[in-house]
Amino acid sequence: MLEIKNLHAGIEGNEILKGIDLKVNAGEVHAIMGPNGSGKSTLAQVLAGREGYVVTEGEVTYNGKNLLDLATEDRAREGVFLAFQYPVEIPGVSNTNLLKTALNEIRKYRGEEELDTMEFLSLIKEKMKLVELDQKFLSRSVNEGFSGGEKKRNEIFQMAVLQPKLAILDETDSGLDIDALKIVANGVNKLRSKDNATILVTHYQRLLNYIVPDFVHVLYNGKIVKSGGKELAFKLEELGYDWVKNGKSEEVVNH
Amino acid sequence: MSSTEVSKIEELANKEYKYGFVTDIETDSLPKGLNEDIIRQLSVKKNEPEFMLEWRLKAYRHWLTMKEPHWANVQYSPVNYQDLSYYSAPKKKPTLKSLDEVDPELLEVYKKLGISLDEQKRLTGVAVDAVFDSVSVATTFKDKLNEMGIIFCSFSDAVQNHQELVKKYLGSVVPYTDNFYAALNSAVFSDGSFAYIPKGVRCPMELSTYFRINAANTGQFERTLIVADEGSYVSYLEGCTAPIRDENQLHAAVVELITLDNAQIKYSTVQNWYPGDKEGKGGIYNFVTKRGACRGVNSKISWTQVETGSAITWKYPSCILQGDNSIGEFYSVALTNNRQQADTGTKMIHLGKNTRSTIISKGISAGRSQNSYRGLVKIAKKAENARNFSQCDSLLLGDKCGAHTFPYLEINNPGAKVEHEATTSKIGEDQIFYLNQRGISTEEAIGLIVNGYCKEVFAELPMEFAVEATKLLSVSLEGSVG
Repeated sequence: MLEIKNLHAGIEGNEILKGIDLKVNAGEVHAIMGPNGSGKSTLAQVLAGREGYVVTEGEVTYNGKNLLDLATEDRAREGVFLAFQYPVEIPGVSNTNLLKTALNEIRKYRGEEELDTMEFLSLIKEKMKLVELDQKFLSRSVNEGFSGGEKKRNEIFQMAVLQPKLAILDETDSGLDIDALKIVANGVNKLRSKDNATILVTHYQRLLNYIVPDFVHVLYNGKIVKSGGKELAFKLEELGYDWVKNGKSEEVVNH
Repeated sequence: MSSTEVSKIEELANKEYKYGFVTDIETDSLPKGLNEDIIRQLSVKKNEPEFMLEWRLKAYRHWLTMKEPHWANVQYSPVNYQDLSYYSAPKKKPTLKSLDEVDPELLEVYKKLGISLDEQKRLTGVAVDAVFDSVSVATTFKDKLNEMGIIFCSFSDAVQNHQELVKKYLGSVVPYTDNFYAALNSAVFSDGSFAYIPKGVRCPMELSTYFRINAANTGQFERTLIVADEGSYVSYLEGCTAPIRDENQLHAAVVELITLDNAQIKYSTVQNWYPGDKEGKGGIYNFVTKRGACRGVNSKISWTQVETGSAITWKYPSCILQGDNSIGEFYSVALTNNRQQADTGTKMIHLGKNTRSTIISKGISAGRSQNSYRGLVKIAKKAENARNFSQCDSLLLGDKCGAHTFPYLEINNPGAKVEHEATTSKIGEDQIFYLNQRGISTEEAIGLIVNGYCKEVFAELPMEFAVEATKLLSVSLEGSVG
């Protein structure tokens, strides 16, 4: 589904990603871990197509297409979804309005019929249950006055409605208490299928207790320095990031 | 701001004004220039009673003593008042009994504008009075309204047929001495709309006026007078367009509203006069005096305006809250793009006890435009327990435009409660990115954000006007992002 080869990218002349290689197949969940400043969020932003990030070398293929050639909105329409670390507030625009506009733009792009209001409402009511959001929430402005937990749940709710093929969750666990974390993780797990893939960007192992990854990669100084199965996360938890900072890079597990 | 966003903004800002066509209609005009003789001729053409001419002449003589005001935060070269024609009318005499008698070319114009004057409007429940250049061309639904005792006609008709009402109320809210443009309008106004809602009647449909400036070098000076008698209610809509011309055209209207005891007037405007090209050439000078008087107890006047057009806008729809417990409201969206300049706001004058006012102003500036909110809240000594809430927000799209806020407060009663909130914001790159990432294009994202920002004001507009306003914003602007 996604193949990243020797990706170098940065912002304002600073190279942050220094040669990333990563392959993600449909049905897989990959966790990308690493200390602060290692480039985790940059990778998420580059894949989503944020303005300002410049790719200097390498390539990214997504379902046979050159992802880097696609405009941000077209990446989204092709099924790439980024759950934001800091979801943005949009005053006066209701959650319903945002979702309806987004969903219909995506459907139009794919040559599908736009949903009418009734079809749309029944869809979102069903999806709301996944993240235990209240009905009242729909008419509220996007993320405005939301608690940290509500914002993150909203991201997962949007993901549930838009049904991406490749979901990138950027520090979705940060700022969540344990109950909210369980709700969010539960939502993500229910959306897992053999047809879609998930990249979890996280600092802590904690999230991986609830969303069990197929692969764990450790990003350090703009490179993936270790890859392995879920046990790699426990080892990291135990030994800390100093272990990768000081250690030599071990063999990369192929998959 | 990234370069693609900049070019996007430019592309959107360059969208053409779609109402810019000119209609070739034979007109009956007065020669250019302004003097007592012109005013006499105008009055004769309109077959006016003596009192009207007298009033015009008094206004004219007063105007001669006044100076064009320059305190507003707008800049333009001086208007040559002698170089304008003060009367232009389609040649066929518009004393029409039915729509069949209206010049088909004119009907065509209104069709192009999306205003159908014919009875199709019945479906939408809007009665329309259309003002083309200087004269009112047709008033629909007159008969139906008549049955309820509602008078809705052109101002000229009112002068002929409802003299007592005109005499009683004309100039009672905006006297001809009020300001330079009001004096000029009083001297030379050619037509406009008149509505009277009798006691206890709730007007069953929205009344609507559509203004169109067609002829070149013509000033449009219309006059609107709406009187809501005790316990009555009316919702009134006003829309405007003009053809694209290189010269600036002057539009100096006066609107007077009067509510008696327990009456309510809701006045909504969507103003989309030609704004000039992107270098600031041409466009309408919109110098308008709008004021309502809540004369009676428990009466209410609401102004809702969506201002997207005109090269220069200078208008302050205001409320004089005379009656005890009366309510004044002002909801405004003013959008400026390219070289447009707007200085707009309101005055809330609290005279009666327990009077309340609300001001919600949303300014949006794009391109190289300048957008100012100017508002006065005045609480008189005897206005016990008066309250005001004001919220003035500015949204900047791009970094070459300006937003300014000039709030004035005059509080002479210690029991008054006055609150003022103001914010200035930019459309953030992060907001655009967020929406892009959900599959929404930049153009649509800006539309969503701006419409979201204006939501409180749009909520006050009648349904079909709200839809029009939403579209208008998306078209006439959409520049963005700082």
